[in-house]
Amino acid sequence: MTWATAGKRPGKPAPGPGGPGRPVDHGAWFLVLPALIPILVLSVGPLLYGIALAFTDAQSGRTEPTQWIGTLNFQDLLHDTLFWDSFRIGLLWAVGVTVPQFLLALGLALLLNEELRLRWLARALAIIPWAMPEVVVGIMWRLVYNPDAGILNETIRDLGLGDGRDWLSGLATALPAVIVVGIWAGMPQTTVALLAGLQNTPRELHEAAAMDGAGAWRRFRTVTWPALKPVALAITALNFIWNFNSFALVYVLTSGGPGGRTRLPMLFAYEEAFRYGQFGYAAAMGCVMVAVISVILALQLVGRLRGEGQT
Amino acid sequence: MRTSGRTRAGQYAALFAYLVFLAFPFLWLVSTAFKPPRELGSLHPAWLPQDPTLDNFRQAFDEQPLLRAAANSLVAALGAAVIAVLIATPMAYVMARHRTRLAKAATGWVVVSQAFPFVLVIIPLFLVLKNLRLIDSVGGLVMVYVVWALPFALWMLVGYVRAVPAELEEAAAVDGAGRVRTLVSITAPLLAPGIVATGLFAFISAWNEFFFALVLLKSPEKQTLPVVLTHFLGAEGVADLGPLAAAAFLATVPSLVVFALIQKRLTGGMFAGAVKN
Repeated sequence: MTWATAGKRPGKPAPGPGGPGRPVDHGAWFLVLPALIPILVLSVGPLLYGIALAFTDAQSGRTEPTQWIGTLNFQDLLHDTLFWDSFRIGLLWAVGVTVPQFLLALGLALLLNEELRLRWLARALAIIPWAMPEVVVGIMWRLVYNPDAGILNETIRDLGLGDGRDWLSGLATALPAVIVVGIWAGMPQTTVALLAGLQNTPRELHEAAAMDGAGAWRRFRTVTWPALKPVALAITALNFIWNFNSFALVYVLTSGGPGGRTRLPMLFAYEEAFRYGQFGYAAAMGCVMVAVISVILALQLVGRLRGEGQT
Repeated sequence: MRTSGRTRAGQYAALFAYLVFLAFPFLWLVSTAFKPPRELGSLHPAWLPQDPTLDNFRQAFDEQPLLRAAANSLVAALGAAVIAVLIATPMAYVMARHRTRLAKAATGWVVVSQAFPFVLVIIPLFLVLKNLRLIDSVGGLVMVYVVWALPFALWMLVGYVRAVPAELEEAAAVDGAGRVRTLVSITAPLLAPGIVATGLFAFISAWNEFFFALVLLKSPEKQTLPVVLTHFLGAEGVADLGPLAAAAFLATVPSLVVFALIQKRLTGGMFAGAVKN
């Protein structure tokens, strides 16, 4: 079994019975309904309900009925500097994790695509961050960053670089410190996605380019990258979205501290909803997050269409 | 292709750096889990425990109800995985074999569902589950996990169904096999490994999940393992490094084992779609 076996289909899809393009008959509905009903009831429905809540003054544990208040939540949100701080931090975090993670994962994927001896070990190790619960990843890195008993400061002391510091509590170091954890935690998925993309590029093209005297960088630019681009764009967009919406990792590492320096939008919305009971307001925050993400998705789609137009 | 010796050396240096980066936090977690209190309090911590002990594990079980939490996690993850696979497989089959508006809409939902911040879904779900008296119940959590695991389950399964040549089904149909018989005797056996991989992935996702569990489960005896783990952290930083590390390490073992089993199938299933489309 290779890295990208499933979904590979020999030849063109066959037309005719059973092939794609055949209309759904009544039998097919029985196959679809068991999943469709939960999706509608527990995902699409709540989502629409959530959007509607953003236009109400819904609060937890209040006795008087919920009122429709139009865009009042959004107007308040506009002036909520704490929310925009968290939004800015969320963007910094998402870019700070996604970009270096992509570059590192690309490097690792290129290495794993070579005939190197310790390749299997790297693949085996890459499972660890992927399989770990985010809570455990957070706990683990708190042990690494621990000011006294952590291995990071001990290494810094051993190398004679000073005494180290309390990374997660420092105003300047907290965000970079959690970003490093984010990069570590998501690198395997990104690497594997890129590796799958690499293994789809024809080897002969590489060899032909090498025969023509193209150096490593030229070969990467003219052969590898064009083939990898669709996967790279897709995984980067997804990573950005997942990172922007992430919660558990930073909740465990810093709970948003110190002084809100790592308070991602999701942490802020969580506190607003489940600590202060401001359901309507928190839902409005969710809507604003969705709006921004939609813009990013749209841009990615445009980029993809343009990329296809060129080839 | 020939690679020069200097390039090779550079490649091995880079690979080594990656290995260190990937491995060292985990090694540190394991090492901390086996260290006696004296070594944990030392100002110059050693890489490996000098005097390894299992006391941290014992203490972890004393401090928090880890077994009950693990049982809750097991019920939630197993329930979510079985139900998700049972309902996703038929739908994935339709999505893979029929390129209709419904299949397109479902694919669209799979993509879009990845973009929504959970807070927008959890507030209404919290209200609904509260009215149904399903807050603070593992059953309610299973319902949420099923729907939460569905997009990826569908995504993976569609890939696996496409890998089963439709020609085989047509051949069976030509031979006079009915639709149900074709599905049961031709398609299902070929699909089985993919279904198992998808189920195991759903299992791990639910086993590791934190946000929904944190919001929906309030009483300590209902909470899942990730939520209980955060109790070790206390209000003011880390109270007890040893038991914390021990419990965290234990919570990871099932995921690591399952993941090692399905890793190859998983990577294929997850990214085949992205690569192919």
